[in-house]
Amino acid sequence: MAQAGQDAKFFTRGKIEEFRADLHAADAKDKKFVKRKTVLKKIVANITMGNDMSPLFTDVVQSLGTPLLEIKKMVYLFLVSYGRSAKPEQINMVIPFFLQDVNDRNPLIRALAIRTMSYIPIPVVTDALTESLRHCLRDRDPYVRKTAAICVAKLYAADPRRAEKGGFVEMLRDLMLDANATVVANAVAALSEIGDRPDGVIFKLNLTAANKLLSALDESSEWGQIYIMDSLLRFVPERHSDAEIMAERIVVQLQHANSAVVLTTIKILLYLMNYMENRRLIEYLCKKMGPPLVALLSSGPEVQYVALRNILLIIQRRPAVLKNDVKVFFCKYNDPIYVKLAKLEIMYRLARAENCREVLAELQEYASEVDVDFVRKAVRSIGRLAIKVEPGADGCIQTLLELIEAGLAYVVQEAVIVIKDIFRRYPGKYEGIIPKLCEHLDSLDEPESKAAIVWIIGQFADRIDNADDLLEVLVDTFLEESVEVQLALLTATVKLFIYKSKSEKAKELVHKILKWATEEVDNPDLRDRGFMYWRMLAINPTLAGEIVLAEKPPITTDSDRMDRGALDQLLLHTGTLGSIYHKNPETFIRNAAGRALTDSPALNPNSRAVLVHLPRPQIPGPPGLAPTDSLIPGEDAAPAPPLPPRRNPAPQDSHTDDDDVGDDSDNDAETAQNRNDDPYSNLDSAFSTYLADEPKPMGAGAHRGRNDDDLLF
Amino acid sequence: MLSAFFIFNQKGEVLISRLYRTDFKRSIADVFRIQVVSNSDVRSPIITLGSTSFFHVRINNLYVVAVTKTNANAALVFEFCYRFINICKSYFGKIDEEAIKNNFALVYELIDEICDFGYPQNSEIDTLKSYITTESVVSQNIPADESSKITSQATGAISWRRPDVKYKKNEAFVDVIETVNLSMSAKGNVLRAEVDGHIMMRAYLSGTPECKFGLNDKLVIDKSQGGGGGDAVELDDCRFHQCVRLNEFDATRTISFIPPDGEFELMGYRSTSNVKLPLRVIPTVTEVGSGQVNYDVVVKANFSNKLAATNVVLRIPTPLNTTTADCKVATGKAKYAPSENVMIWKIPRIQGGQECIFSATAILTTSVTNRQVWARPPIDVDFQVLMFTASGLIVRFLKVFEKTSYQSIKWVRYLTKASGGYQIRF
Repeated sequence: MAQAGQDAKFFTRGKIEEFRADLHAADAKDKKFVKRKTVLKKIVANITMGNDMSPLFTDVVQSLGTPLLEIKKMVYLFLVSYGRSAKPEQINMVIPFFLQDVNDRNPLIRALAIRTMSYIPIPVVTDALTESLRHCLRDRDPYVRKTAAICVAKLYAADPRRAEKGGFVEMLRDLMLDANATVVANAVAALSEIGDRPDGVIFKLNLTAANKLLSALDESSEWGQIYIMDSLLRFVPERHSDAEIMAERIVVQLQHANSAVVLTTIKILLYLMNYMENRRLIEYLCKKMGPPLVALLSSGPEVQYVALRNILLIIQRRPAVLKNDVKVFFCKYNDPIYVKLAKLEIMYRLARAENCREVLAELQEYASEVDVDFVRKAVRSIGRLAIKVEPGADGCIQTLLELIEAGLAYVVQEAVIVIKDIFRRYPGKYEGIIPKLCEHLDSLDEPESKAAIVWIIGQFADRIDNADDLLEVLVDTFLEESVEVQLALLTATVKLFIYKSKSEKAKELVHKILKWATEEVDNPDLRDRGFMYWRMLAINPTLAGEIVLAEKPPITTDSDRMDRGALDQLLLHTGTLGSIYHKNPETFIRNAAGRALTDSPALNPNSRAVLVHLPRPQIPGPPGLAPTDSLIPGEDAAPAPPLPPRRNPAPQDSHTDDDDVGDDSDNDAETAQNRNDDPYSNLDSAFSTYLADEPKPMGAGAHRGRNDDDLLF
Repeated sequence: MLSAFFIFNQKGEVLISRLYRTDFKRSIADVFRIQVVSNSDVRSPIITLGSTSFFHVRINNLYVVAVTKTNANAALVFEFCYRFINICKSYFGKIDEEAIKNNFALVYELIDEICDFGYPQNSEIDTLKSYITTESVVSQNIPADESSKITSQATGAISWRRPDVKYKKNEAFVDVIETVNLSMSAKGNVLRAEVDGHIMMRAYLSGTPECKFGLNDKLVIDKSQGGGGGDAVELDDCRFHQCVRLNEFDATRTISFIPPDGEFELMGYRSTSNVKLPLRVIPTVTEVGSGQVNYDVVVKANFSNKLAATNVVLRIPTPLNTTTADCKVATGKAKYAPSENVMIWKIPRIQGGQECIFSATAILTTSVTNRQVWARPPIDVDFQVLMFTASGLIVRFLKVFEKTSYQSIKWVRYLTKASGGYQIRF
């Protein structure tokens, strides 16, 4: 329907003076306002290109008298761009035009006027807006009301106290009962925005209010459905049935074409499941969630990525959601790298004895691809698979050996790193392959892989005939190595000496390295360890042997499984940035609102046992305006029923008495067991490094705060 | 939610820049230019620096970018970008640098309308076109009742349709388009076969038509419960356009809706059981020493001889150190494309049941510098087969009810295709 525009020619840098002259020339003999339109378009193009057009403020504003909507919209765009920095007398020229438009007969114009005014958060405009906004919130046209609802959020951002004193938050609450679903959705969006501010008015929902919102769901636009469902996190079910009925109402939304609707629905379902009792329903919901999640993999790659990162979280908490679907996560050759890496992680999580062979065959395929990162991660995954799935370990080792045979340096390095862990997981089973590894000593030039092979040589020095020769070569470059390798060399040499205390070479080596470690090196850890070994060896060599060669705690794969309390908390952010990075937003975004499950009589005991408490900064509101919990005017929140006495079960209980349908309870119990038996399983985590290439926000954590933000200006 | 929205061209020049919030200056665009446009190795569609996150979608020669300082709903942000792209395609016929530059004033109007303070608003194309137009509108001339019609549509329960649509001839076209994704192992085992189906509808129907749509599906929520059922097709899942009443679907499995005017995607679905693979590819690739690779590839059309596959393109990878490749084919044309390290075999048409054969020899350089391990990427096949569905899906009926009870003509077309996801390893 649209005729093709021809405006590309306006994308050339112009001079203020020229534009000003053109604007004045357009005052005369410009019947259809063609000239004026042209010069305004040039100005807008120049704003886009970053050319400062603010000196033209007075001239441009003159065009507001032109009765052409297109021109009005361009002038408004100009005002949104420069209004904030304009002089008061300049802005004063504009206000009458705004006020005229606010009273226009055409609802689109009325809405446009308040929308634009609220984008200029300076006192003069805000003053004028406040009165108009009050009328617009009660406008007979729903389009104006839905625009006004968002304006309240803008007003609150510009001047919170004015918005509160003016009673606008209460008016928003009234709009939650509006007959028009779009108005309701925008009111909810605005209240949520305000409620998430550190200084905002708290926004909570009781059952009546939540049900009212749900009844607007069917008639809402897809975006409105998201705003409404999102707000259900502010409703805390007091009875199991409340959570269950609500879940049944929203579950149909899983069939929506919009991935954000689907993920938001899943977020709410997962949230409500914490307050449910009916296991059959929980089971049913888990089953219902799987197919729509998989369906997201046929969306654009960006949405696929969001879905994959979320799936990774969801299956850790609710394995029943995607139990038998590992094949759908196999990588396509032309998937973008970020999709491939995310899929790899999920493949590993879903691997088990029954599908291990298929998964391994895929991983082997990936190990010959082009992208170095992807290949390395694939090789690591093979090793992790060996550690996770015992029946598959033989196959994994075989594959790793084939890969080593092929001799690609970075593949060999990765393989050696994981094989070290495999040795620890299955002592006495695969040491026969050590000679093969030692053949590739030369291709190991990265600290991690070098440290791994050094550990292997030291640990098994009694079975490697030429261990002393090998170490002698490696020790040669001791002083140039990274600390990681130095530490490994130090320990390995000591082990060698303990195994072969008769060997002159071992004695010589250990002496050399202890001297270096204690005299030539600045690193305190290295020096301390050097001194410690030295003294032990000097005082009681037998005891030293027992200590250095003590039995190692077994390696497990649970340290890469997220703790349940943390998962419960993180899943409240399903679909958001936090769920991509697997971090709570308040840890990497300034002023971001944290979330945590709220205790209630309906909260299931296991969720309660791992409950994370979230301190909300309580900023006292202005006198007379106490934060209210009840949202339906005239209806007070019923006093909460007393909470059951807090049960603080020991960690084992929380796992054996598992409420989760589908949660691998065996697996879980075993996890708990290991966690208790093995105090080092977290400290000496073999897997900490596997998370090194996780997606993460840049600069977050390391030096948070003002500096980061300043960087951006 | 969104703080800013940008469009960049390939050089990183800003074509559209709209700030929805005051927490940024326009110069935030420079950060994106440095971090993404001029970075040759972008490994994520989301980049977070400090508290600021950039979301981007690449389309043709453009970057569509949203910036936020909150813990934004990432799915929503990307869906918004996709929607923006669709709106542009509908308004301008395409989306690229030229289209955006030529219509930038209109684009600004659109993004002011479809997003307020970073919250996506009504973005139904049909409604938008009723009040955001390329023709100059004189504000005083819009009659009040006309504009309130628009506003009630933009905020109403059927925001995707104008009430006053009229056609002389009432027609509805249904296109069932299935994309087959296949991953076959070197041994000829199907590792993964999946149909990504889309039911596109073009509705040229007057008034407010009530439509009911039926397929030969049995939606299987739990496969273990599924009994037999004749020619019924198992869909792993399906998802619907905003217009479909999901409650009704949930209760009675009927797809009922009031369609938008014109073209839209009614339904998307996925099927993984009993996928019929239209083309069978059997490659035999042998490396002769380190200097030569021999190829024999057979393609068989595995469907009724009344149908035909068209636009068949096979891309058969060669080692990176290939110097020349000599291809021989009896059907179609084949040539070596050195820049992509593939041999491209194009067959305009393969009748059902037909078999085509390709043989080639690639000569490799043996210079030591080029001796990288060859990753053996899979053979990729593109094709189209009309009036065939890989899932076996059939449209049973499409009923249209309207209060004026006019006659309507319905057309159904089926197409199965592969583009970039039909891969055979060797």
